[in-house]
Amino acid sequence: MALKRFEKGFMIFLLVAGGLLMMIPFIWMLGSSFKPENEFTIVPPTIIPNHPTFKNYVDLFAKMDFMVYLKNTLIIVLCSFVGLFLNALAGYAFAKFEFPGKNKFFYLILATMMIPGQVTMIPTYLIINKLGLVNTMAGIVLPGLVGAFGIFLFRQFMSTIPTDLMEAARLDGAGELRIFFQLIMPIVKPVFAVQGILTFIGAWNSFLWPLIIANDERLYTLSVGLSLLKGQYASKFGLQMAGAAFMVVPIIIVFSFFQKHIIEGYTISGMK
Amino acid sequence: MKQHANSWHKYKYPYLFIAPAILLLTVFSILPIIIALVISFTDMDLLGLADFSNINGAGFTNYLGLFKDPVFIKSIVNTGIYVIIGVPLVILFSMAAALLLNYGTSWLFNTFRVVYYLPSITNIVAVAVVWGYLYNSRYGLFNYILSWFGVPGQAWLQDPTLAKLSLIMMAVWKAIGLNMIIFLAALQGIPRSYYEAAEIDGATGWKKLRYITIPLLSFATFFVTITTLIGWIQFFEEPLVMTKGGPLNATMSMALFIYNNGFKLSDFGYAASGSFVLFIIIIIATIVQFLVKRKEVEY
Repeated sequence: MALKRFEKGFMIFLLVAGGLLMMIPFIWMLGSSFKPENEFTIVPPTIIPNHPTFKNYVDLFAKMDFMVYLKNTLIIVLCSFVGLFLNALAGYAFAKFEFPGKNKFFYLILATMMIPGQVTMIPTYLIINKLGLVNTMAGIVLPGLVGAFGIFLFRQFMSTIPTDLMEAARLDGAGELRIFFQLIMPIVKPVFAVQGILTFIGAWNSFLWPLIIANDERLYTLSVGLSLLKGQYASKFGLQMAGAAFMVVPIIIVFSFFQKHIIEGYTISGMK
Repeated sequence: MKQHANSWHKYKYPYLFIAPAILLLTVFSILPIIIALVISFTDMDLLGLADFSNINGAGFTNYLGLFKDPVFIKSIVNTGIYVIIGVPLVILFSMAAALLLNYGTSWLFNTFRVVYYLPSITNIVAVAVVWGYLYNSRYGLFNYILSWFGVPGQAWLQDPTLAKLSLIMMAVWKAIGLNMIIFLAALQGIPRSYYEAAEIDGATGWKKLRYITIPLLSFATFFVTITTLIGWIQFFEEPLVMTKGGPLNATMSMALFIYNNGFKLSDFGYAASGSFVLFIIIIIATIVQFLVKRKEVEY
C-alpha cells in the first residue's frame, strides 16, 4: 500500500513539474507584458514585474493599428462560421440523401485531405490573382472556407440520425431547408459546438493566407500585425509580449470554457 | 430532356447542399494540384503571371535544377534532421503526458489536461514572439537559467546547429497537446478488467504498462506517428517566423524553400517542382509506415 501511495505521489509530482515546464512561456509572456521598458535589462530578470504597467497594451493601439487587426480577425472568424455551416450542409447531404455520383463526390472531398498545403499554396495564389482577389478579404477567406475534415465529421455524426424523423417532417409538409435548420441542426449541436470552437481557434490564429494575400495593412490580421511588430520593434520586448498576450489570452479563455466539449469531440470523431 | 428535368427535381436538394463545398474544394484544392503539376514543367514567373504567353515549357529543367541547388539539398538534409529528432520526441512526450493524465480523475488532472493542451492552440506568431524572447542571448530566460549552473550563454538562434535544435524544442512543445488527446482517448478505451486480471496475476505498474497499455495503444501510436511524420516533413511555420531559414540556410526546410521560391523570388515553376518532390517524399514515407505496420501483430 505504501508503494501504491508513493507511486501516486510520484506521478502527481511528474504531472505538475511537466505542466509547469509547459507553462513557462505563458507565464513569462504575461509577466513581461506588464513590465515597463527599463525593467527588461535587469539581471536577474523578474518574473512578476516590480512596477507593473498597462502602457504596453495601450501602445498596441496607439503605436500600432491593433484595432484594425482585431476587426479584420473578427471578420475572418465570422466568415469561417459561414464555412462551418457549408460543411454541415454538405455533410448532411452525404449522410442522409441518395443521389447519383454521391460516392464519387465524397471520395473527391476525402482526396483533398491528402494534398499537402505546400503543393496547393502557389497555384491557389495564382488562381486568386486571376480572379482579381489579391488584397481583398474574399481572397483571404475563400481558400480555407470549407474543409474535408469538417464535412467528414458532420457526415459521420449525422449518419446516426434516424431517417424516419425526416420522413415524418416531410409528410407534415416541412421544406428541406426547414428540416435542416429546425430538425437537424438542434440534433447535431454537440458537433457544432466542437467544430465551432475549433473553427474559431483556427480563424483567430489564421496567419499564412492573410500574410500572402494582404499587401495592405488595412487587411492585416492580428497574427500578421504581430509579425510586423516583431520586425519593427525587435527590441521592444514589452510591446511584443503585450501583442502576444492580446492574441493568446482570448483563446485560453474560450478554450478553458469549452475544453470539456473539445476533448469529448475527439472521442465522438472516433479517433481512438 | 424530360428525364433530366425529373432527376434534377428529384435530387435538387442534395446537389444544392453539396454545391458550395464541392465548388470551393475544386477551385482551391483539386484545380491547384493540376496547375502545380503543369507549371512545374514551365518557367512561370512574374512575367508569366502578367501574361500567359510569356510562359515557356521547360521540360525537366526545374526538377534537374533542384538537385543541383545547394540550398534545396540543404533543405532536404535539414528536414531529415527535424523529422528524425522531432517525431520520436513528440510521440514520447505526448504518450507520457497522456499516461500521467490518465492516472487519476481529480480536478488536478483535469486542470493539467488543459495546461498540456494549451500550446497546441496558441498562435504560431505569438509563440515565435515569446520564444524569441526566451531564446534571446542577452536578456532571455534560458541563458539566465544556464548561468545558475555556470554554463555560458548560448546563441540559441544564431548558431547553425543549435538553431535547428531550438526550433525542434519549440515545435515539440507546441505539438504535444493534440497528440496527447489522441492517446488519452485511446487510453480511456482500454477496459479496466484487463488491468484487474493482470493484478490478480501479480503484475506491477511497470509490467502493466509494458505488456498491456503500450500494446493496446498500438493503433493510436500508428495514427500519431503517421500524422506527426507527415506534419514534420512539411515543417514550415516555425522556421518562417523564427529564423526565416537562417543563419546561412541552417534552418531552411523544404516547405520554407518552396515558399521562398514562390513568394519571395516569384519563381513559381521552380517552387511548384519543389512542392512535387516534397509530395513524393510524403507519399513514400506514408507507404513505408503502412508496410511496417502490416508486419506488426494486431491486438
